[in-house]
Amino acid sequence: MIELKNIRKVFNQGQHNEFWALCGIDLAIPEQQVTALRGPSGSGKTTLLTILGCLARPTEGRVRLKGEDISGLPERFLTEIRRQTFGFVFQQFNLIRGLSAIENIILPAYPLGLPRKHLLEKAEALLADVALAHRREAKVEWLSGGEQQRVAICRALINDPEILIADEPTANLDTKLATEFLGILERLAAQGRTIILTSHDPLVVESSVVDCVVTLRDGRIVDQTEGRPASAERFC
Amino acid sequence: MKPWIAKQLYLIDYTLASLSRRKAKNLSLLFIYALLVFVLASVALYTQALRHEAQAVLAGSPEIVLQRMIAGRHDLIPAGYLEKIGRIRGVQKIEGRLWGYYYDSVVKANYTFMAPREMNIARGEIIVGPALERSRGLAAGNGISFRSYTGELHTFIVAEVLPEATELASADLVLMNEADFRAFFKYPDGHFTDVALSVANPQEVRNVAVKLMNALPDSRPILREEVLRTYASIFDWREGLMLALLAAAILAFCILAWDKAAGLSAEERREIGILKAIGWETGDVIQMKFWEGLLISLSAFLLGFLAAYGHVFYFGAPLFEPVLKGWAVLYPHFSLPPHIDGLTIATLAFFTVVPYTAAVLVPIWRAAITDPDTVMRA
Ligand SMILES: Nc1ncnc2c1ncn2[C@@H]1O[C@H](COP(=O)(O)OP(=O)(O)OP(=O)(O)O)[C@@H](O)[C@H]1O
Ligand SMILES: [Mg+2]
Repeated sequence: MIELKNIRKVFNQGQHNEFWALCGIDLAIPEQQVTALRGPSGSGKTTLLTILGCLARPTEGRVRLKGEDISGLPERFLTEIRRQTFGFVFQQFNLIRGLSAIENIILPAYPLGLPRKHLLEKAEALLADVALAHRREAKVEWLSGGEQQRVAICRALINDPEILIADEPTANLDTKLATEFLGILERLAAQGRTIILTSHDPLVVESSVVDCVVTLRDGRIVDQTEGRPASAERFC
Repeated sequence: MKPWIAKQLYLIDYTLASLSRRKAKNLSLLFIYALLVFVLASVALYTQALRHEAQAVLAGSPEIVLQRMIAGRHDLIPAGYLEKIGRIRGVQKIEGRLWGYYYDSVVKANYTFMAPREMNIARGEIIVGPALERSRGLAAGNGISFRSYTGELHTFIVAEVLPEATELASADLVLMNEADFRAFFKYPDGHFTDVALSVANPQEVRNVAVKLMNALPDSRPILREEVLRTYASIFDWREGLMLALLAAAILAFCILAWDKAAGLSAEERREIGILKAIGWETGDVIQMKFWEGLLISLSAFLLGFLAAYGHVFYFGAPLFEPVLKGWAVLYPHFSLPPHIDGLTIATLAFFTVVPYTAAVLVPIWRAAITDPDTVMRA
């Protein structure tokens, strides 16, 4: 689905605090599976996720999506790809305050100019799936953490993305809510979506929902399950 | 509905929601903004209408007015004068005019008494301007007495009140029959206040004026074009004042705009990042902010403009009457007939809507072209 070839990412290039967050990542994300990225804090999980989700560009290396090289595309095309292919659930949820749950959910579809009735129906169905139909008109800042996350998941799904990306999805949830999240994840996986997430929560990484675990350390892949070859270590 | 229109409606929707989220801040901004537009528009409408009014009045005035001067003072035109003028080549029409000032001690105002040739006013009747209607409470059918300079009281019946339309000229007028006029001011028959001339060939006005001076050395011809020029210079002076105001207002706009440009809060930045991350294009974000700028500045413009219109044309511009109008003493309740032209509106709209909208867009542009990965980090 997504293939990374020798990806390197540097922050503050050329300055005294230059920092290589990723040093030569080779990775293939399998289609219709749940892939988890894990590793200690600062190992580059989020950075890798932003590159997989076309939110940021690598400093070096190639990104192929469904066989097509997208590394050199201008921002305009990346946005288009992001909208059509990816749904994001952020660690901080990043809902827009002041808007209701349902308004937040249909927000990613605004630029498409689809009929509102159609969007609202779709959003309501998504809310019902996560047992939140009764909170549709609630302003998001009044929702609990778990409810906010479920709204964020619905928002990620409104444009029917093939790939769902979630950064530390359970970091702000207690065990009960985290288990509920895994339930939702399982259903989404069963629908045939490709899911990529980062987590250091054993509950997530070791759950049966996750098909493939990639372990990062200091910007390198040090372990990968499913018998896929780990990338050759390189010095940066 | 076309997707493009639907999209714009969504963007407007979003903009309205985000404006209402910071209601107090945006309302106070709108208020200050509208106030600025109000001041600017009031001045613009006022001078515009005044200039239009003066032009309308002068357009109907004669090309040359001839006065007779004695010892440097304006004196009566004696009998026989008109015949002498009639012999000068190039003069087309001659009309002796009868008018004078009357001080009404009751309301402490000056009126212009006039005996117009072209109107047939019955003896004992007068037609008055709207200023008298207001100050003396006159209506058609009422009677009023004026004390002449010799001390006798003359009583007239008001036949009619002039309409408001050309008020600058007619506000303080009292029109009466020629015989009444002569009796009131003790004007001998054949004498006139001054003479109005029209000239066959408009290019000849200056030549005719020279000939008049030669034939009648005690006369002073006043040309309409000179009067027009005098008026223009008076208005220019006033407009200089307005220009100063305008400069102040533009400065204020800049401060507002600068505040907006510098004041892109971390929260706003984050919001833009979120929108981009969930699939909005840079262009979508900018369009959305464009609507925000347009909605604020356009409603400020409309509010300010309508308030200014009311201020100038319904309430007589009480806020700057003393500054802008030289006639304030003569016309205590001067009110301008509404006159606005497209250019004034367009200029005002341009100077209020465009800078603000641009000022909103510039910082957004900068924020909107940055990579959206920042939202992944709290
Ligand atoms: N914009 C940036 N500028 C400079 N350094 C950055 C920037 N973003 C990330 N880094 C650095 O890159 C490294 C990897 O960051 P990243 O967020 O990918 O780690 P992570 O594995 O997600 O950690 P965590 O588990 O704490 O979320 C960190 O050391 C971080 O300080
Ligand atoms: Mg992280």
